[in-house]
Amino acid sequence: MSFINALPGAVSQGLIWGIMAIGVYITYKILDVADLTVDGSFCTGGATFVVLYGAGIDLWVALLCAFLAGVLAGLVTGVLHTLCGIPAILSGILTQLALWSVNLAIMGMKANVAINIIDRENLERLLISSRFLRGYPLWRHPVLVVGLFTIAIIAILYWFFGTERGASLRATGANQNMARAQGINTNVNVVLGLMLSNGLVALSGALLSQYQSFADSSMGKGAIVIGLAAVIIGEVLFGKLFINFALKLLAVSLGAIVYYVVIQAVVSLSHINTNYLKLISACIVAIFLAVPYWKGRYFNTPGKGGKVRA
Amino acid sequence: MLEVKNVSKTFNPGTVNEKTALNGVSLHLNEGDFVTVIGGNGAGKSTLLNAVAGLWPVDRGTISVGGLDVTRLPEYKRAKYIGRVFQDPMMGTAATMQIEENLALAARRGQRRSLRSGITKEEREGYRETLKLLDLGLEDRLTSKVGLLSGGQRQALTLLMATLRKPQLLLLDEHTAALDPKTAAKVLDATERIVGRDHLTTLMITHNMKDAIAHGNRLIMMYEGKIVLDIAGEDKKKLTVEQLLARFGQATGSDEADDKLLLS
Repeated sequence: MSFINALPGAVSQGLIWGIMAIGVYITYKILDVADLTVDGSFCTGGATFVVLYGAGIDLWVALLCAFLAGVLAGLVTGVLHTLCGIPAILSGILTQLALWSVNLAIMGMKANVAINIIDRENLERLLISSRFLRGYPLWRHPVLVVGLFTIAIIAILYWFFGTERGASLRATGANQNMARAQGINTNVNVVLGLMLSNGLVALSGALLSQYQSFADSSMGKGAIVIGLAAVIIGEVLFGKLFINFALKLLAVSLGAIVYYVVIQAVVSLSHINTNYLKLISACIVAIFLAVPYWKGRYFNTPGKGGKVRA
Repeated sequence: MLEVKNVSKTFNPGTVNEKTALNGVSLHLNEGDFVTVIGGNGAGKSTLLNAVAGLWPVDRGTISVGGLDVTRLPEYKRAKYIGRVFQDPMMGTAATMQIEENLALAARRGQRRSLRSGITKEEREGYRETLKLLDLGLEDRLTSKVGLLSGGQRQALTLLMATLRKPQLLLLDEHTAALDPKTAAKVLDATERIVGRDHLTTLMITHNMKDAIAHGNRLIMMYEGKIVLDIAGEDKKKLTVEQLLARFGQATGSDEADDKLLLS
């Protein structure tokens, strides 16, 4: 029974993390770069939002600033990678480490900051909150609000990746040699992709901190693994069905929801110590990453040659 | 159209793997020249093409295309003036993108990539017509992913992409070497037709001496990072493989050509 009760909350959280996972999809699948900045920029978004909102700044402006803070984090990783020639993974790790301090600084050197939701008027002004799960009109339900948010983001990305610039970004991820031979500045595109991706990750962090009404310096820990899990689960479950790019992004979001519902089920049905969740997550993702490789290597089925990406 | 002046390039300088790949190469191509390049492995053929394409900076010398000094321009900026087809059929196209998307990317070579639509309706019709030229049935597969095509089809598509916006210079780096003989002939045939139609200034590396003699109006041979033979005009038309080998021997005092080139 507790599982059924927790379901709307799990779906809401899954949707919020799904936006982050869409950001991960942009770097991991489209750009073919493993970007670990995510673990830091997720919290950057949350911290920026809570601090600005707490200072009385308009909610939408605060969300925009959170997005831009993530964009900036992506820019740093991108510059480290392209201008300084540091491998992408290491660039991400460096930025992530630096962001730990930056995030604390944003929060005034405190490990967490909260939004005052005891004040009912203050609560009512929020866009989403876990408090809206029950006893509020349906249109305020987090699943609906975040769902609309997700659809809007997918629509914008669908448009963007169909433009000249977006197509050149996809080409950069698919084949850098070809991209450069066609006059595409691959370095600029990699940076641009990292900025866009981390902007979305930070926006997701801002939405989560709004939902749970606080930001915490460790809230992004393992975010990249959750993002990868969502991307892979989405691909495994819906890959054959969803060919269109917009649907692929939707699959990522659905993957995040499935991930959260499964985690919720594990927690509420088995009474496992929640400290083991990260271990379980890591194992799930490792298995999902390994299985396609094993399949290709040991059970090679004819007619399915080549690596399928994006 | 192309002016290479005294260009040198040494890889891994100061290490045991030091290799002088280009040693003071100078080459001038007139507009409309179709030059074939031959030479053994390590002679510097590909290095010359890569130097012109701008994959890395050269150690010495200057390169200009169409009167513009491009020596310091990065690869992606030179692409505005230069069309390229690589030896590896996988290298010239984006496998995860559709045929028409690849063509649309090539159609915007040298232009600013804006937020306008990446491909328009009129373009699509145009591509259908252009693809018919290849005679590979690709005109009915505009939305197929390029990864599904054969090596020959991909190479032909790359050729089309390299010439979609008329380049001032076309660089072909053994672009038929990885293909089976029949497909290679087809791609070479398409090359000949496109170069002839647009009067493209072309530099084509080939392994095959017969191809080098049969195509183009001029032939150069490279050896140890230098151009050792440069045969053009009537001389080139009458050339045979035997003569070529003899002249190579005279020019370098080496009989290496026999083993290295005849076999391939």
